[in-house]
Amino acid sequence: MPKPRTTRPAVGPRQLHPGAWWLWALGLGAAASRTTNPLLLLLIVAVAGYVVATRRGDAPWSRSYGTFLRLGLMVLGIRLVFALLLGSPVPGTHVLLTLPRLPLPDWAQGVRIGGRVTAEALLFALYDGLKLATLLVCVGAANALASPARLLRALPGALYEAGVAAVVAMTFAPNLVADVQRVRAARRLRGGTDRGVRAVLGVGLPVLESALERSVSLAAAMDTRGFGRTATVAPRVARTTAALTLLGLLGVCVAAYGLLSADGTGWALPLLLLGLASAAGGLLLGSRRAVRTRYRPDPWALREWSVAGSGVAVAGLMVWLSGRDPGALTPSLIPLTAPRLPLLPALCVLVGLLPAVTAPTPPRSSS
Amino acid sequence: MITFEQVSVQYHGAEEPALRGVDLTVPEGELCLLVGPSGVGKSTLLGTVSGLVPHFTGGVLHGRVTVDGRDTRTHRPRELTDVVGTVGQDPLAHFVTDTVEDELAYGMESLGLAPDVMRRRVEETLDLLGLAELRSRALNSLSGGQQQRVAIGSVLTTHPRVLVLDEPTSALDPGAAEEVLAVLQRLVHDLGTTVLMAEHRLERVVQYADQVLLLPGRGEPPVLGEPAEVMAHSPVHPPVVALGRAAGWSPLPLSVRDARRRAAPLRARLEGRTPAAATPSAPAEAAAAVDRLAVRRGPVPALRGVRLDLHPGEITALMGRNGAGKSTLLGALVGLHRPASGSVRVGGLTPHQARPKELIRRIGLVPQDPRDLLYAETVAAECTAADRDSGAEPGTCRALVSRLLPGIDDASHPRDLSEGQRLGLALAVVLTARPGVILLDEPTRGLDYAAKGRLIEILRDLAADSHAVLLATHDVELAAELAHRTVILAEGEIVADGPTPDVVVSSPAFAPQVAKILAPAPWLTVPQVVAALAAEETP
Repeated sequence: MPKPRTTRPAVGPRQLHPGAWWLWALGLGAAASRTTNPLLLLLIVAVAGYVVATRRGDAPWSRSYGTFLRLGLMVLGIRLVFALLLGSPVPGTHVLLTLPRLPLPDWAQGVRIGGRVTAEALLFALYDGLKLATLLVCVGAANALASPARLLRALPGALYEAGVAAVVAMTFAPNLVADVQRVRAARRLRGGTDRGVRAVLGVGLPVLESALERSVSLAAAMDTRGFGRTATVAPRVARTTAALTLLGLLGVCVAAYGLLSADGTGWALPLLLLGLASAAGGLLLGSRRAVRTRYRPDPWALREWSVAGSGVAVAGLMVWLSGRDPGALTPSLIPLTAPRLPLLPALCVLVGLLPAVTAPTPPRSSS
Repeated sequence: MITFEQVSVQYHGAEEPALRGVDLTVPEGELCLLVGPSGVGKSTLLGTVSGLVPHFTGGVLHGRVTVDGRDTRTHRPRELTDVVGTVGQDPLAHFVTDTVEDELAYGMESLGLAPDVMRRRVEETLDLLGLAELRSRALNSLSGGQQQRVAIGSVLTTHPRVLVLDEPTSALDPGAAEEVLAVLQRLVHDLGTTVLMAEHRLERVVQYADQVLLLPGRGEPPVLGEPAEVMAHSPVHPPVVALGRAAGWSPLPLSVRDARRRAAPLRARLEGRTPAAATPSAPAEAAAAVDRLAVRRGPVPALRGVRLDLHPGEITALMGRNGAGKSTLLGALVGLHRPASGSVRVGGLTPHQARPKELIRRIGLVPQDPRDLLYAETVAAECTAADRDSGAEPGTCRALVSRLLPGIDDASHPRDLSEGQRLGLALAVVLTARPGVILLDEPTRGLDYAAKGRLIEILRDLAADSHAVLLATHDVELAAELAHRTVILAEGEIVADGPTPDVVVSSPAFAPQVAKILAPAPWLTVPQVVAALAAEETP
């Protein structure tokens, strides 16, 4: 008798493996982090947006692309306002306007409020903010295509509990927003105004209280449903696990420091590999304590390879190109020039469009 | 199946134990209903079965609780997952994942069941609970009844021998409650699951119970017995039991069907009489007027073309299934939602443009969760703040609190009050500004019959004092008892609006028990019948 299949079938409308979407989105994000060319950044946003539009489901979290887009615009705005008010380290000659300068005492040397605003400084802030916004948009795209909770299901057993903590923390923010709205409405019902600093401060305590209450009730619900059940393992195994994980992480940290500070070129890389191997061993051993099984995991099939591959390819090509032709990816500010759209990098970014064709259409739930 | 041996629970800092002297056994395969007034330790008792008390809540448990032979003192809740399933009042607080199928599988994943077993059980549970069409839906896009069914399903997949439910139907409309109860009955009948359930709305559940466990009051020993026997002496009982007691039926009927078969002589005695007419509302000028109101919540139209006038001295009940737009209508009346079209006028003001300070003198809303309205540390501070917020004489609110909640301590924290006391305090805070129109959203959620009785008196006094009262509720008994007029909303439109007897008597979902028993005669409540019988005896 054939054993029944445990993964979901890989044909027909289905959800793509969340890991593939996150790899793709992180690939686009990595590509965005290598360039400040606004045209390329906008192209990345457009590519992510197009894929989201064609391949997202109809669940509530599928709308998070728009939310992250707005968040990105806000970041951009804040960056520009700061550049306008506080000035910028970029020297520039094209003065656009001069703001009245706020006199500051001696101890605040090096800080400047107001003064000259140059085109170079503004453009630098714009490019920089745009890069940050693009990164946010990439995360938003991943969120819209595969919710973090689905990604959590794909984590290895030993990491599961840490993952739950992360996901609970991530859902904390949307719940908090809903609470603030509710409490502000209640404040209005008591004749208080819902604007101003006092209103915001008054809202804080009740919101925190209800957030805590929610967390406690979630914890109780998870406990009654078997979260955190562990298999008994020999104490020796448990100790080895802890030691391996701790040493591994320590090794990785030291190696990362060595790599960044550029004086450990010889020893850093081997140490990094050793640390990673030790941590991986710890995780593997730790999985023996976890008794969890997984219900209908998403398969990793050809379509997953194509989606993840396209993301990794975009990132890889961009990194390679940034070494070959840095000028095209970082348009010069001094002297001031209009950014051009470099052909080769643009084509690379377009590789990220592949999922719009190769990813399966998500199943529509009848609503 | 569940054995309590001399169980008592004492929480830290509490003067008296929350639960004392529980010594009984719930046999396997029974649906055992836990009843009693608020604050006698029903939730604590349920918690001892699932192991949340004392492992999660703290406190000291004396005695011993065993479930299927496992001692809850030595087993943590997570180690009881395969014998006890726990579902609370709010299903959203229970969900861990975000789609129906994943939620059903979650408990089994934690237990480490084999993938093919999980797959089979998920399919079986989807069928058992009628959830097959919803399998890939997001949990927060479901209706209240569907969510509660998923919550029950999510604990069923681990095949627990015992199901513990804390007020599973309190937040649901009558139709959704029926859905959930039908599922529970099926579990007891087909799978032999032992169900231990606490519920305030006895009129919904008592006829399904095999046993009733009554906690009569703090410190008094619990009573376990046949439903009819226990109900004969219970301080909390549904209208059908009250009617049976008044008519002297024995054994007491527990379901509308039983009572109806017994009621022919009573119907004959009441023949030719009509209930004393509710105070006719003087067609005075409307205190609040809603005209062709449409409101959108996000992309969804929540209200479409609603017309409603509220008159001073009139109590109006607003009913309809979960998500019909009741709360939105109340919100629009106090200016929380901007109308997409149409108008709302309250005492010459347009609520969403009016200044809150002026608006609260004309209209006040007690929200679904009264805690939202309360933010001070003590009752006294709350009253002072209310006086200041509404510009009333100092002491106004405190006087109202004394009237609504006699004997409440000034120093107690609003969050430590019982549900009923909290509602009273919130109502006092709202009344401090002397608004002409009072709105209440789902006021009887979590109230026992005694607290409900007090609420009814308070609202009657307010109406007699020429306030206009509008209450959104799922509680058909409350509406029958209190409302002069009933409005039914569906899909954001008003589908019925008229005197309560006309609207509810013929409705299968919204008729109170007495109306169902004595139909087609227009009797709605037990006091009406009792008054008529008394009048007959003293002609």
